[in-house]
Amino acid sequence: MTGKNELRRFHAAVWDEPLVMQMGHPGRRGQVFPAADPAVRKAVGPARGLIPRGMARRNAPALPELTEPEVQRHYLHLSQETLGMMGISLFGTCTMKYNARVSEAVAMRPELAEVHPYQPEETLQGVLELLHGFDLILRALSGMDQFVFQAGGGADAAYTHCCVTRAYHQARGELEQRDEIITSIQAHPCNAATAAAAGFKVITLQLEENGYPSTEALKAAVSDRTAALLINNPDDMGIYNPDIKDWVRIVHDVGGVCFYDHANFNGVMGKLRARELGFDACMYMLHKTFGAPKGGGGPAVGAYGCSKALAPFLPGPVVVEEDGVYRLDDDRPHSTGKVREFWGNVPQVIKAYAWARCMGADGINEASDLSVLANNYMDKKLAQIKGLARSNPDVKAWRMEMTRWGLGPLKEDTGVGTVEVANRMADFGVDPFWMSHEPWVVPEPFTPEAGEMYSKDDLDYWIAVIARIVEEAYDDAARVKAAPEAQPIHQINGAPLEDPAKWAMTWRAYRRKNGAGAG
Amino acid sequence: MKSNQASAHPWMANALPDIKQAMLQEIGAKSIAELFEQIPADHRLKKPLKLPRQLKSEAELKRHLVGTLSRNGTCEQYLNFLGAGCWQHHVPAVVDEIVGRTEFLTPVWGSPQSDHGRNQAWFEYASQMGELLNMEVVQLPVYSWGCAVGHAIRMAARLTGRRQVLLPRLIDPERLSVIRNYCEPAEMARHIEVVPVGYDKKSGGIDLADLKAKISSETAAVYFESPGYLGQIEPAGAQIAKIARAHGAETIVGADPISLGVLKPPADYGADIAVGPTQPLGVHMHCGGGVGGYMASRDEEDYVHQYNGFLVSITDTARPGEYGFSLSCAHQTSYGMREEGRDWTGNSVYLWAIANAVYMSLMGPQGFREVGELILQQAHYAARALARIKGVRVVFREGFFKEFVVNFDRTGKRVARINKALQKRGIFGGKDISKEFPELGQSALYCVTETHTTDDIDRLVAAVKEVVGK
Amino acid sequence: MPAPRQRIGLIVNPIAGMGGRVGLKGTDGVDVLGRARELRAEPVAPARALRALRRLEPAAAAIELITPRGVMGGDVARQASIEATLLDGPSEDATSAADTREAARALRARGVGLVVFAGGDGTACDIVDMLGDAVPMLGIPSGVKMHSAVFATSPEAAGQLAAMVASDRQGKVRTREAEVMDIDEDGVREGRLSARLHGYGRVPYERHLVQNAKAGGIAEDAALDAVCREIAEEMQPGVVYVVGPGSTTQRILAALGLDGSLLGVDAVLDGRLVGRDLTDREVAKAVRGRPARIVVTVIGGQGFVFGRGNQQIGPGVIRAVGRDNIVIVATQEKLLSLDGGRLLVDTGDRALDEELEGYVRVRTGPNRSVMMRIAA
Repeated sequence: MTGKNELRRFHAAVWDEPLVMQMGHPGRRGQVFPAADPAVRKAVGPARGLIPRGMARRNAPALPELTEPEVQRHYLHLSQETLGMMGISLFGTCTMKYNARVSEAVAMRPELAEVHPYQPEETLQGVLELLHGFDLILRALSGMDQFVFQAGGGADAAYTHCCVTRAYHQARGELEQRDEIITSIQAHPCNAATAAAAGFKVITLQLEENGYPSTEALKAAVSDRTAALLINNPDDMGIYNPDIKDWVRIVHDVGGVCFYDHANFNGVMGKLRARELGFDACMYMLHKTFGAPKGGGGPAVGAYGCSKALAPFLPGPVVVEEDGVYRLDDDRPHSTGKVREFWGNVPQVIKAYAWARCMGADGINEASDLSVLANNYMDKKLAQIKGLARSNPDVKAWRMEMTRWGLGPLKEDTGVGTVEVANRMADFGVDPFWMSHEPWVVPEPFTPEAGEMYSKDDLDYWIAVIARIVEEAYDDAARVKAAPEAQPIHQINGAPLEDPAKWAMTWRAYRRKNGAGAG
Repeated sequence: MKSNQASAHPWMANALPDIKQAMLQEIGAKSIAELFEQIPADHRLKKPLKLPRQLKSEAELKRHLVGTLSRNGTCEQYLNFLGAGCWQHHVPAVVDEIVGRTEFLTPVWGSPQSDHGRNQAWFEYASQMGELLNMEVVQLPVYSWGCAVGHAIRMAARLTGRRQVLLPRLIDPERLSVIRNYCEPAEMARHIEVVPVGYDKKSGGIDLADLKAKISSETAAVYFESPGYLGQIEPAGAQIAKIARAHGAETIVGADPISLGVLKPPADYGADIAVGPTQPLGVHMHCGGGVGGYMASRDEEDYVHQYNGFLVSITDTARPGEYGFSLSCAHQTSYGMREEGRDWTGNSVYLWAIANAVYMSLMGPQGFREVGELILQQAHYAARALARIKGVRVVFREGFFKEFVVNFDRTGKRVARINKALQKRGIFGGKDISKEFPELGQSALYCVTETHTTDDIDRLVAAVKEVVGK
Repeated sequence: MPAPRQRIGLIVNPIAGMGGRVGLKGTDGVDVLGRARELRAEPVAPARALRALRRLEPAAAAIELITPRGVMGGDVARQASIEATLLDGPSEDATSAADTREAARALRARGVGLVVFAGGDGTACDIVDMLGDAVPMLGIPSGVKMHSAVFATSPEAAGQLAAMVASDRQGKVRTREAEVMDIDEDGVREGRLSARLHGYGRVPYERHLVQNAKAGGIAEDAALDAVCREIAEEMQPGVVYVVGPGSTTQRILAALGLDGSLLGVDAVLDGRLVGRDLTDREVAKAVRGRPARIVVTVIGGQGFVFGRGNQQIGPGVIRAVGRDNIVIVATQEKLLSLDGGRLLVDTGDRALDEELEGYVRVRTGPNRSVMMRIAA
């Protein structure tokens, strides 16, 4: 967006689009299939006769009946009723990026889209070469020795780490003893959740005034029961823990393994390597840092890399190269087993590869430079707005690629908090910001992350939107609380969402609860 | 060709000296390097970053990607009979258009208002799946079928307070490996024991006698599939569910949704939780990267509070008569549960949920019936034609949907060799399962779908005949 | 049809906080108040209540404010231009605990959904005695002593939260249990702090609206139940468990099927209750010559682990049992809302307090714990 601080007019598309379940007409078709050839019918008879007794469907599913263009138009309308980064999205912790169209075009080619994972390896050489090439790129960035792409997102990569940790300690006969995983309260909740789901006890470290947990707390937490440390650095406050090398040593000293959750890699990429800091494993989110699209929540990839010592325990298959020939090595006796079927969301990996090639080492370095510059630029400007408070105000150093802000003062003054501001933002064509992971350690939090894509003008515009909403809150809080005004729908009623008598996750449930005539 | 190193990068708006200078000036810093003061010097790169040459030019990048990928063979060039968890079904062009829309493709999340269209599409995914499955609660898909089974087993363990699952011995080893991770190693305090149940030699379904022998008051859940890994429709679904219920265990059923226009949905024969793959509903194979897993159940509080991921509920808005959608029970974890939370969630395959929604809208009840009938007939036609070849046998001769097991023992040839010969003839033969289930001998799992024509099948049969006859 | 107006009660204890400015430790008791007046103490609570009401005023149309006439609320409401339903107030401005209790009783009878009060711990005790857990309460911090966990962080925050309660149609606001502490003012004035856990009230709090599942979050109540069951299951034979006061630790006893004392210290051995509501001597006797563990919770707000409400567990017992044998259990939410983000101890033995300093594990849920720093 251009223009100085004048806010443009905006109104989202309003289609009053009915539910697809309410649309159509009996008998209409969106896809038709040929009847089986006469020769086939003659050979096998009617389809019903091929189904074991009692296993044939009796009543046709009550799906909508629509023509192909009706379906197309319906979903185009729904896409238009989604703001979806058409304006500016500074959604912190998710590192919003341009998702190159050329990658989309390549990914939809049959050489990727119409390839089966069990094809003979000689017909997979192209894709395996790119996967291996990307493995090498991530090794160069991290210092690790082997990457796999099986995990279907960042949380799944954390889970992968917990599985690898289990296999590693199991191989040493220590799994029963080592049942604790240490993480911090500002590490992504998935770290604690996946550790628990993998069967570990979770010990959480609190942040201190300087913005990260103390080394003393870690020392008090480790023991011969420590299986692993799962940690981000910098975390979402934009503060880098300078003692991280000591941390790794402390955990290694008691026999634990250290996992670097690189969710916030954008501010440090090209500046440091996880392995050189001593970490045994790390994770990159290809749908964030590496320019693959997010799809509103996947398909995503948590690229998981580790040291030689942990590599035997990786989920297979692993892509290996010998004399220019690529193959899938799945003969891995110590492997933890699969965390998901097949080799991962391959098209996303290829898109990340394309991103890394287009950026190159110089581009990647420049991107982290620009991200950090842009965040500090935003910090400076946001600090001038009344009602906002920067987290860890005593930390005077320049922040990394994002900063946690809070609207506590605004809330106390006006009753308008972060949820209300987020709702109102969309009225300016700007995607609502990311607030914070749970638990909220800063009152009424929000977490902008500028990244390297958006222009200085875009950042100014975004800040101007925040300033405008804050001004509105002081002038007319009721208006902000009733927002949004210019969206496809009005403020939703949250009450039924947790009421078993009213919630409805499907149209059939809704109709049962509200009478068949509903809708 | 060399990228112009001096030119600004096409994806970074502030990568210009004058803008950087202006921003530095605004914040009062001398250099960008200064902004990294938090990172101690001995944390910095030990050796400089070396990556392959930058390809800043889109033309150059595309050339490189397409050039490399051209070394792949595709299922459009080859005649493909591989399935086994990733299947070649027709993907309508409209689906590709919708999932390619930038509003759906690029963003994360906004508010229920700003993302109304996407939330509605999600609700339509769940609603249409609910119709196919005859179930009222459908979660947005998890990573894969195996992951869905894993979460469902953990749900059952929490619901029953028990730590054992019975599942078919003839399960996809790939899927089983995923499930075993979800059930945790035996050393873990909350490990869930995985007990395989034998199969009926004729139908390929669950051996009921073995099931009865193994089920007990320790059993949290019985999991089975219909159609199963080897294609067989479970003929005794209702009996299995009855046995499970009698022992206080949950019944979890895996079912291929593309079969549900012609096959009975799991709920109708007693499933408490239904799971399965979503890739057949409008998602390309993507080298296995198109997979997703659905989960569904009845609308009962006990079940609803056990889901690990996104439940999207319809609700009303401040304006009378208007619908909105948002996450339901987003805060739930250990509510009403025993000693553990509800696993974890994060990014999944939510874009594919939109693909599934579009696909189901295009198909309608008649499309699902037609595609199911066509697949049934063609698969049986192919199986019978192959079985007529000397030395070739179809292991479970009846009762399958789109996949079936072809045995080559009496040809004296190994599957690997046959597939190699078929590949030379432009055919990807069925998946070699001889190592997975040695008792089935030299066998391959063949998959026939609506993308095949009768000519394709005839071509396969002729090729197999030629290859085994040699 | 407009939604029915939410009834909100207001009680101002006009003399609360008066002692603080003139060096008295509270104004409980008529003599002390007289002394405060002699020292020309200015009323604190009315001004603080007014600050809160200013935040409530935009929501005034959605509420019916009910308050005693005069100094106990009516005056402040008038100053804030909020039309209030007035109850009979005290005849004089020297209000007593009895007046506070009478007002709370009357408000409860009127069916209010929330009682907002300006006062300190003494006021909170009087009010919770009348409301129990039937009606939520919310303190506008105004007293000298505020060891209870029922106070908002500022008068403005109290006002905003009350406004939110008034306009909440979506279940954004929930209530949770909060400790009400009773401090013996004579003791404080004499230089020693004697705190007792007086009871539990319910306070409203705003739930964060989860933006999406990225956020996660835990059902605190269920987590607490589960961890208490876990602790109960871990109990070893032959070990005496000294269980401190509070509803949290009560859950452990409940998991064992034992009927402990909510506000007292109990002892458990081999699954049996071997002591109930024990004095410090009885606690000492119970652990003598036996392996023992101490199980305590954290007092919300200030974060005391020892020395507030559980003085029965004396320094001798704590020292004998040893730092490593102290089990602390609390919800993560409570830990996060502590002033200063750390735990406190005041065992009465300075050297022991210093020995207890440093990081400890606090059990927050099944298989979950948080490292917290203890400061003396």
